[in-house]
Amino acid sequence: MDRRTVLKGLAGAGGLALTGLSAPAIAQGTAARTLRFVPQANLANFDPIWGTQYVVRNAAALVWDTLYGVDAKLQPLRQMVESEETTDDGKTWTFKLRPGLKFHDGEPVLSKDVVASLSRWAARDPMGLMILAIQQELTAVDDRTFKWVLKQPFPKMLYALAKNNSPCAFIMPERIAKTDPFKQISDYVGSGPMKFAKSEWVPGAKSVFEKFADYVPRQEKASWLAGGKQILVDRVEWLVMPDPATAAAALQNGEVDWWENPIADLVPVLKSNKNISVDIGDPLGNIGSFRMNHLFAPFNDVRARRAVLMALSQEDYMRAIVGDDDALWKPLPGFFTPGTSLYSEMGGEILKGKRDLGAAKKLLAESGYSGQPVTCLVAQDQPITKAQGDVTADLLKKLGMNVDFVATDWGTVGSRRAQKTPPGQGGWNMFHTWHAGADCINPAPYTAIRANGDKAWFGWPNSPNTEKEVTAWFDAKNLDEEKAAVGRLNKAALDDVVYAPTGFFLTYTAWRKNVSGITKGPLPFFWGVSKTA
Amino acid sequence: MLSYILRRILATLPVMAIVALFVFSLLYIAPGDPAVVIAGDQASPEDVERIRQSLGLDRPFLIQFGSWVWRILHGDLGTSIFTNLPVSAMIGQRLGPTLSLMMVTLLLTIVVAVPLGVLAAWKAGSFIDRVIMGFAVFGFSLPVFVVGYMLAYVFALELEWLPVQGYTPLTEGFWPWLENLILPAIALGCVYIALVARITRAAMLEVLQQDYIRTAKAKGLGQGGILFIHALKNAAVPIVTVIGIGIALLIGGAVVTESVFAIPGLGRLTIDAILRRDYPVIQGIVLLFSFVYVLVNLMIDVTYTLVDPRIRY
Repeated sequence: MDRRTVLKGLAGAGGLALTGLSAPAIAQGTAARTLRFVPQANLANFDPIWGTQYVVRNAAALVWDTLYGVDAKLQPLRQMVESEETTDDGKTWTFKLRPGLKFHDGEPVLSKDVVASLSRWAARDPMGLMILAIQQELTAVDDRTFKWVLKQPFPKMLYALAKNNSPCAFIMPERIAKTDPFKQISDYVGSGPMKFAKSEWVPGAKSVFEKFADYVPRQEKASWLAGGKQILVDRVEWLVMPDPATAAAALQNGEVDWWENPIADLVPVLKSNKNISVDIGDPLGNIGSFRMNHLFAPFNDVRARRAVLMALSQEDYMRAIVGDDDALWKPLPGFFTPGTSLYSEMGGEILKGKRDLGAAKKLLAESGYSGQPVTCLVAQDQPITKAQGDVTADLLKKLGMNVDFVATDWGTVGSRRAQKTPPGQGGWNMFHTWHAGADCINPAPYTAIRANGDKAWFGWPNSPNTEKEVTAWFDAKNLDEEKAAVGRLNKAALDDVVYAPTGFFLTYTAWRKNVSGITKGPLPFFWGVSKTA
Repeated sequence: MLSYILRRILATLPVMAIVALFVFSLLYIAPGDPAVVIAGDQASPEDVERIRQSLGLDRPFLIQFGSWVWRILHGDLGTSIFTNLPVSAMIGQRLGPTLSLMMVTLLLTIVVAVPLGVLAAWKAGSFIDRVIMGFAVFGFSLPVFVVGYMLAYVFALELEWLPVQGYTPLTEGFWPWLENLILPAIALGCVYIALVARITRAAMLEVLQQDYIRTAKAKGLGQGGILFIHALKNAAVPIVTVIGIGIALLIGGAVVTESVFAIPGLGRLTIDAILRRDYPVIQGIVLLFSFVYVLVNLMIDVTYTLVDPRIRY
């Protein structure tokens, strides 16, 4: 008998005497049927269309199913759909749903639910908006068939419906999906393999998902968002732990089973524990970046932007983010995710080889930079942005720039970066962020690569050459054409420095060894995951 | 006394009104935008603007403030921008863990700090006094999170006596409830114990110099009776005051402690709400905290009459 048992017995006896309350009997095996998971962030809201944060998407993937799902090869495969047809002109798509699909309230999934869900999704998703722009009609033909008629072909239709980038095209009951896409839903009846236990939801602390017994998984083997989503536990508990050290201790202690994203500093401790497995979580990783404001000096001159690119060392950025673990990073002379089919280094020479500070200074001087302050926004509450911001400040100083280092929090960066006023009047010159590699596999979900001026992402780059190649990718008829378009796009975006990529980095995930079935992917997949006591 | 309490409660109304105006104004001018956080990193400026409109954040200050005050007057703290849940329900969810933590810490403090302070005063200048005051300095100096990590490492990871994190409601059993609170209460209580022990010692030293203590000794009263019946009761006013003030310390410390031990209390709710700019939640919590401060002060004043019959209102 150990000390804890004695304490437990004593206090339990005391407690019974004092309160008359007793601990509930826990049936043997309950622990093995409950998977306790520490997510990357707090599930503060649960509307995957209204709030597009990754953590919401990850939780939503448990509760709502999609018509198609991407597999580990990034191919869109049928999920809720049984079959699809497209006319020869590519303008009309007809889809048929699988039989037996049910929502969590027991109601069947019908075409009208799909139509409402797709309408809400399309209003918020970049690819959905492209479809809406050419949509003629989206209608339910019968209970299991629906039709999407377009004014012109949209070859990436299945990818749009399958993609894992937020917002995903999740299917909800019509009454929920009819909610304004800019207002939050409060009814979480889903179509996926697990039900959301709203009564147990403590935002910021705990979210609970329970197995949906009537879910009909596909027969194929599960692969990312595609295939048979077999749930092997009864319950998944998401426990939010704001402090990484606490999460590490809880994993070592067996109080949690799986920690989505342990920070690099704590990984050696976890690796040394014989009860814990540690591996790369998402092979698509992340791309570090900082964006320069193209509207104002000095970065309204491409020479100033190129000067920064010429001087920056991606190794400095990556080591600041991941430390000394070389398995976690690689240089990235481009914008697209390494290891994926469209990856390109075309035009990437400016980021390769020995850094030439002298040439960079010369180019900066040619741009007319004369010592004006460069307002650099750095969110200190995000370790990745803080690390990058510190490296950038050093880089700019080496270039002889006058750095106005604004140390703030992410919430402030988020609102200030939207300001188009000059830097001295509440605007900015630079801010740091990073992009999930899954969002950078092709131009469709890649908001950050767009360079259509006022309509572009923060920094508002205007690069007609870049935009021309984005269009070329959408129009591409096969993979070779797509690769060629993305290669040219990579070069154009680097020539005009749409933004500065600071490198490619990976993160780990860690779990107790009594848990099995965890697969690598852009989000944590709970299907196929089991646990022994 | 009753009229005094009623007057004091009425006096809280202007205080709360000023706090409400101050908090609302501060949040209005503070940088940051919840719509940006909601929309996510890939959202377009147009999406952010539409979300801002749907939340009513584009309305003028006075209209936003007026509608918020109107709701407050109707007992409605509003709805969280992020969770779409009533703020009162969110506070209700988090009240239990924070109250439990504060209660256990308070109890631990009184049980440990007051006897230590009395002992230090009784043995003033001795080795025992120096050890106790040394501990007090130590307690003051160590940040809560450092103590928390040390305790978690030793008692949870190495000895495996107690859990690292979490909270279990009392309804699920006394021990499950208590075992999650022991380490956080010790971590949070360190500063508080140090403070109360020092004040108790100082107050006791003053009282122990009084003539009536010498008289009590001359009458042949035992040391325990002198210390705990005559001296401590007369030293109680400053001790009660500092315990009351310390509750403010506890609220502040709970923010850190709840983060370190992953306790889903009001402290963490506050931090999360501030980082996300969840204005209705921040406003609700600040109003609650200010009400608690006012209430604690009232309770301290009332307690004075119990420990010192000379005080009358």
